[in-house]
This record gives sequence, C-alpha cells and structure tokens, in this order.
Amino acid sequence: MKGDKNIYQSRREFVRRAGKIIAVASLAAIPLALIRKTSAAGFVWQIDPHKCTRCGQCKTNCVKTPSAVKCTHAYIMCGYCDLCGGYLRQGVKTISTGAENQLCPTGAITRKFVEEPYFEYTIKDELCNACGKCVQGCNDFGNGSLYLQIHQDLCDNCNDCSIARRCPSQAISRVPADQQYIQKDKS
Amino acid sequence: MLIWHTVLIAQDRFPRPEFESGYEYPTHQLPLQRAVWLEYFDVGVLIAALSLSAWLALKRRSRQGLIWVAVFSLAYFGFYREGCICAVGSVQNVAMALFNRDYSIPLTALLFFLIPLIFAIAFGRVFCAGICPFGAIQELTGFRPVKLPKAVESVMAAIPFVYLALAVLFAATKSQFIICRYDPFVGIFRLDAPFTMIIFGALLLLSGIFINRPYCRYLCPYGVLLNLFSRFAGRHLTITPAECTDCRLCEDSCPYDAILPSDSSVYIEQPVKSRRRFIIYMILVPVFIAAGAFVFYNMAPVLSRVNNDVHLAREIRAENEKGIEAISKAAVAFKESGNTEGELFAQEMNVIRRFRKASPWAGAFLGLALGISLVSLTVRSTRTGYRPHQGKCYSCGRCFKYCPVEPNNRR
Repeated sequence: MKGDKNIYQSRREFVRRAGKIIAVASLAAIPLALIRKTSAAGFVWQIDPHKCTRCGQCKTNCVKTPSAVKCTHAYIMCGYCDLCGGYLRQGVKTISTGAENQLCPTGAITRKFVEEPYFEYTIKDELCNACGKCVQGCNDFGNGSLYLQIHQDLCDNCNDCSIARRCPSQAISRVPADQQYIQKDKS
Repeated sequence: MLIWHTVLIAQDRFPRPEFESGYEYPTHQLPLQRAVWLEYFDVGVLIAALSLSAWLALKRRSRQGLIWVAVFSLAYFGFYREGCICAVGSVQNVAMALFNRDYSIPLTALLFFLIPLIFAIAFGRVFCAGICPFGAIQELTGFRPVKLPKAVESVMAAIPFVYLALAVLFAATKSQFIICRYDPFVGIFRLDAPFTMIIFGALLLLSGIFINRPYCRYLCPYGVLLNLFSRFAGRHLTITPAECTDCRLCEDSCPYDAILPSDSSVYIEQPVKSRRRFIIYMILVPVFIAAGAFVFYNMAPVLSRVNNDVHLAREIRAENEKGIEAISKAAVAFKESGNTEGELFAQEMNVIRRFRKASPWAGAFLGLALGISLVSLTVRSTRTGYRPHQGKCYSCGRCFKYCPVEPNNRR
C-alpha cells in the first residue's frame, strides 16, 4: 500500500514539475520573442492635417469628453484677415465679434485687433470641442492655418484609438513619441 | 493648367501680412505627453504593491492589509491612472506584437503583462487580490456573498476562455481590441463613458454585491492565464497557518467556491472505473481539439467581420449587388478617396485569409481547455485538510478569520 501511494505521489509530482517548467519556459519565451519588437519610448496617436477631411468624428468618438483633439493655429500661415472664414459664419451682415456672427459653437476662438486691417485669432484650448467647423471654414476660404491635433496631455493613448477606428480618411496613425505633433507650419 | 494652379495655391490664398506695428507671431507650445519615466514609475508601483500583497497574503495573513492595498490600487491604478495601463488589456498588445511585424509593443505594456504572471507562478494570484483595479473595485463592493450552484458556476467559468481566445484572435489579426473596448469599469474610473458601458459596469458592480467578483470569475481573459500559472505556484496562500484539523469551519467562507475540501469527506470512485473514464477522456481531448479547430475555421469569415476593412468591403459589395446605398461615413470617404474597389476587396480577402489561418488555433485552444477540464474530473485527489484551489483562489484572505487555529483569531 505504501509503495502504491509513493507511485501516485511521484507521478503527481512529475506532472506538477513538468507543468511548472512549461509555464516558466513560456514566460521566458515571450520576452525573448519580443525583444526586438519592444520600444522603450513608445508611440502616440496623431492626426495628419494634410489627410484630415474635417468630418467631425473627432468631436464625438474620442473616449474623453470633451475630445482630446483640439484645434491648433499655425500663426505663420494665417492671413490675419478681417473676414475670417474660420471665425465668422458664412454670409454675416456685420463683421463683428457678436455671438450670432461666430462660427465656433463654443466661442473658443478669440479675435484681437493687431493693426489695420489685420486681426489675430487665438484658440482657447479648454473651450474647443474638436468639431472642426473653423478648420473647414479656414480651409474653404482661407489659408488653412487652422488644423486639428490630438493634444498629448489629454490623450489616453488607447490601444485602439476610437477616433482612428472611425476616421474615414485614415488621417490618424501612430507616430513616434519623440515627435508628438504633425505641425502644419513645420512641415 | 488652371486647375493645377488653383490646387497649388489653395492653401495660400492670402499673402502673409507685413506688419508695421512690430507685431510678433505668438509662440504656442503644444502640450507634451506624460513623461515616460512616470510609466516606469507605474511599473515600480506595480512591483511594490505585488510584493506587499504577497507578503500580506502569505506571511502576515492579514485580510485588513489586503483591503488597504486594494483601496490604494483602486485609487492609483483605477482613478488616478484611469484604468490604463492595465495587465488585462496587455494580453492584446502581446498577441498583436507576436503576430505582426509592423507593431512594436511598448516596454511598459510587456512588463505589465509579465510581472503579474511571474508573481502568480511564485505566490499565486496576488495580483487579483487587490492590485488589479477591477479586482479591487469588486473586492471592495462584494458585501453579501451568495454561492451559485456548481453547475452554473462551471458553465459560466468557461466564458473567459472564449473571451481570451477571441481577444487574442482579433488582436493578432489587427482587427480590434475587444478587452479595452468592452471594459466595464474604465468608464467608472474615468467618470466618462458611453451610456451602455456605464450601465454594464453598474450592473456588474450591483450584481457583484451578491455574486462577488462577476468580472473576474465569468469574464476576465487575463484571469485564464493567471489561473493556469497559479496552479504551479511555488508558494501559495493557505487557509490555516498550521496543520488543518478538518474542523470544516472554513467550508462556506469562500464566495468564489475556491476551497477544496479534505478527501475524507468526498466520495471516492472505484479506481478501475475512473481509470477507464480517464482513458476515454484522454482520447476525447484530440477530438475536441480537432472539432474546435474545424468549427472556428468555418467561422473565420463571420469572425472577420469585426475588421474594419472587411466591414467596409461588405458594405460596398451590398451596394453593388443589392442596391443598398452605402451611406456610412467610412463608405462615403472611401468613394471620395479614389481607392479602387479591387484594392479594397483584395484587402478583404487578405484579412479573411489571415482569419482562416489564425482562428483554428483559437478553436483548438478552446477544445484543449474543454478536454483538460474533463480529464481533470477523473483525477483522484489525495488531499489532507482544506486547501485553497490554487487556480481559482484570488488570495483575498476572507477565509483567514474562519480558522480556529489562526493565532490572530484567538482571544
């Protein structure tokens, strides 16, 4: 009887040990297999402004509310127009800062007089909801100095960017973390 | 010529103004990502919390300490880090990196995948006890445990295997990250999620008051791996600090049905009979594997619909063949993009081919899991004393206070 029990014990012991060896081996194999594929710095999601079609998906599909996407202004490209396609609605009667004239639904664009006839336009990031209306206006009627970018301090860097999944123009892709923005005035 | 000209200047309609008032262009700093060293700090916190948790569960035997660890990691990994980065989702990153050449996995994701498994093989599932923010939030809200019938429990416990197989399949084929997308608690951590996900998370938490840890037991795909590795744990939490006296006081203390009774109290089958069953089940294992692979091979086209390209190709084809107009934004953008339908359909075939190649493995894995669980029914146990089931035990420490031998319990 005693010998019988020993056989059981050693067989069990064998299975257990074999299982443990397989488990440890597979744990060791994964980093070895991936050693060339790991990146320490990582990647972040970013919008390529040259591909973006201003469809408005950025506003609604981000897991964050409001979206981590914000409008960005490349001042150096701006025409500083009085009649700004990104700031004013189409067909406004008077060119003024009145709320009824503004294109931005959240009033995130402020306009400041510089000198005759130029005006400076600034985006308030905390108000911008990435609807892309001003970007569309600026591209239709102006120089295209307004464009959308994912603000990296707000982005959660999801595995599967939920805007990228819906982006119809495939403008969102992973970029190396040492170049977190695709700036229009620098490309 | 004229069209070409307008395209060229389309983005430069107005000349750059020449300011006379000495105006300078404002410099705007675009905010940068969270510093990289903070992510390695997260890894450090993970290791520290796991070590503390292992010490509290195995050495100190303190349920209270484990609860405080759970509170901490719920606050840190849950609400502060907003449930991201998490070990549960990292399974997908690893799968995607293993089967795709063009994806490189962040080192932190790899570490978050490996470290809890290493701890599982050393000390059991101490990660589940309260380091995992999902485990923590459910551990802290499980007030009134009720036991489910054994049959229900075993059937429900099969769901995580299917979930894991599908998650790995979809990640390996670069289709979707279903674990992240249908993550029930991340909305609670971020205080922001789609309505349906908030409802799902809230329902899970509410049912978790009675059926403790519903996500861990019936959904968690990472739990499958932890379960497997923890079975071979070198050291594991014990119910009693000394010799078990078979007093049966702890018998009903575990809400997760993870306490295995002493052998004296269970019916022992005739060895010959169980040996015969063992052989039959062993023969069945390859049959299950083949059946799983066959079923999944044939399901590949259906499964591949989760891929965006396949989805779009089906929409376009439906328009061509049945006259249903493709109106989704993706379809409209595709029509405007100038890509040909041939390219899209070729891409669709490519994805389906990848699914054909990958999905039999997922099916075979499920068949193997089913086969092994059947075989394990015939294995005669030789336990003396009450022991935690090393695979199922979450190292939560609820059973400690039921043991009369425990010095902490003596008055």
